[in-house]
Amino acid sequence: MKLPIYMDNHATTPLDPRVLEVMLPCYTDEFGNASSRNHPFGWKADELVENARKQIADLIGASAKEIIFTSGATESDNLAIKGVAEMYGEKGNHIITATTEHKAVLDACKKLEQKGYEVTYLPVDSNGLITANDVAKAITDKTILVSIMAANNEIGVLQPVAEIGKVTREQGVLFHTDATQAVGEIPMNVDEMNIDLMSLSAHKMYGPKGIGALYVRRRNPRVRLSAIIDGGGHERGMRSGTLNVPGIVGFGKACEIVKAEMPEEYARLLKYRQKLLDGFSAELDELYINGDMEQRLPQNLNISFAYVEGESLLMGINEEIAVSSGSACTSASLEPSYVLRALGVGDDLAHTSIRFGLGRFNTEEEVDYTIEKVVKTVKRLRDMSPLYEMAKEGIDLKSVQWTE
Amino acid sequence: MAYSEKVLDHYNNPRNVGSMDKGDQDVGTGVVGAPECGDVMKLQIKVNNAGVIEDAKFKTFGCGSAIASSSLATEWVKGRTLEEALEIRNTDIVNELSLPPVKIHCSVLAEDAIRAAIGDLKDKKDENGKG
Repeated sequence: MKLPIYMDNHATTPLDPRVLEVMLPCYTDEFGNASSRNHPFGWKADELVENARKQIADLIGASAKEIIFTSGATESDNLAIKGVAEMYGEKGNHIITATTEHKAVLDACKKLEQKGYEVTYLPVDSNGLITANDVAKAITDKTILVSIMAANNEIGVLQPVAEIGKVTREQGVLFHTDATQAVGEIPMNVDEMNIDLMSLSAHKMYGPKGIGALYVRRRNPRVRLSAIIDGGGHERGMRSGTLNVPGIVGFGKACEIVKAEMPEEYARLLKYRQKLLDGFSAELDELYINGDMEQRLPQNLNISFAYVEGESLLMGINEEIAVSSGSACTSASLEPSYVLRALGVGDDLAHTSIRFGLGRFNTEEEVDYTIEKVVKTVKRLRDMSPLYEMAKEGIDLKSVQWTE
Repeated sequence: MAYSEKVLDHYNNPRNVGSMDKGDQDVGTGVVGAPECGDVMKLQIKVNNAGVIEDAKFKTFGCGSAIASSSLATEWVKGRTLEEALEIRNTDIVNELSLPPVKIHCSVLAEDAIRAAIGDLKDKKDENGKG
């Protein structure tokens, strides 16, 4: 086993060597511009791109022509939301999303609000979930788009995308889902789920960084988008710019691999996550899981180690184990995670949360090592925690008059 | 975020972790901060008959810089009189630990903890004086 152990696979995933292998020729012999229509270099590049487009489409039940390449999921989210808002602005000005969405969705919506659009931010329940009924109730005759993520990047909870898709289809409202975390981990099918637009990213599924896609439905209904980036009219005019052929080829291969390996991977990751949880629970009291444990990605465990501040815990383990914290101090903003807040998790517990993101290259040995290291560090820090001491003395921390 | 050597040292080898009897007349206890803000420090001092701080203990819930600030504070107060301990400024802690701007609040909290502990001790002595 090699240290440090990477267990932060929601942030990014390592590139699968099988992906790298198919990308490398694109940096040497097969360097052509996929838009060069008049020589073999272009033809070859175009062939590679179209093959990858097919691989990506196959993973999500789409047709190849419905895949628009972007630089990543942030761009895809922006294109979906701003592109729909501008294109359908005459039809209505109302968008529905949720409070726990990724910043790429929330901030795109905020920008539209400044331009006169109205946005409903649906609250989530204490498990981080919304219901299709919440969406149905929020739809008005002005609603043009519903944007609800498939899986949350912090707590891994799965929104009821298929049920929401049923509602939006019945109501004739477009449905966008940011499926960055979900695609490749759980089955996603744009037809079965009535999804009209879907954001994807390669580097969350063992592909390269800098390449993503937006699925844009072509029929029933045909979705039109106003482009954000104008230029040579690539990607059906929706996203101009020379195609990132190596990235696209890698993305396609990454999709092919996850499609083939998903059932085994799902079971393996679920087993590892259970092992982590059981390992922590056997040695530590006062653990609080954030987010629904049933409707959840198999590789995600977001857990609060009460009375131990998250950054101090990371400091104790991060030379050996890479995970991330929902605590304030890790980021430049001094606020704890807005996602945990949206669930109603108190700031005290939000400061103690850690996100474990298991992945393809984690081994059982690494899981065992992680349990041991985390348990040891939490115990050490609890021995140093005035809050743990007070709680053990039976003091109700909520009743204490704090100075800040 | 990279931590300074000194912060790492205090985090890995914190000085004077522990608790003293809050009820002891020679012990002053200061608890500052709030769990919702991600920082709570408890700092205790024990004075001898000469009015010199002969022991200090801390427990801290907070980031590495908060742990280091309080650990350093316990080191610095030991051997000082109460008046001398009150001269410790948060800026001294910032300089000693090379804290970045986002961590200055940790040093402020440590200074507050020293003052709170001394205040608690003085209150106790005043009570006794009256009694």
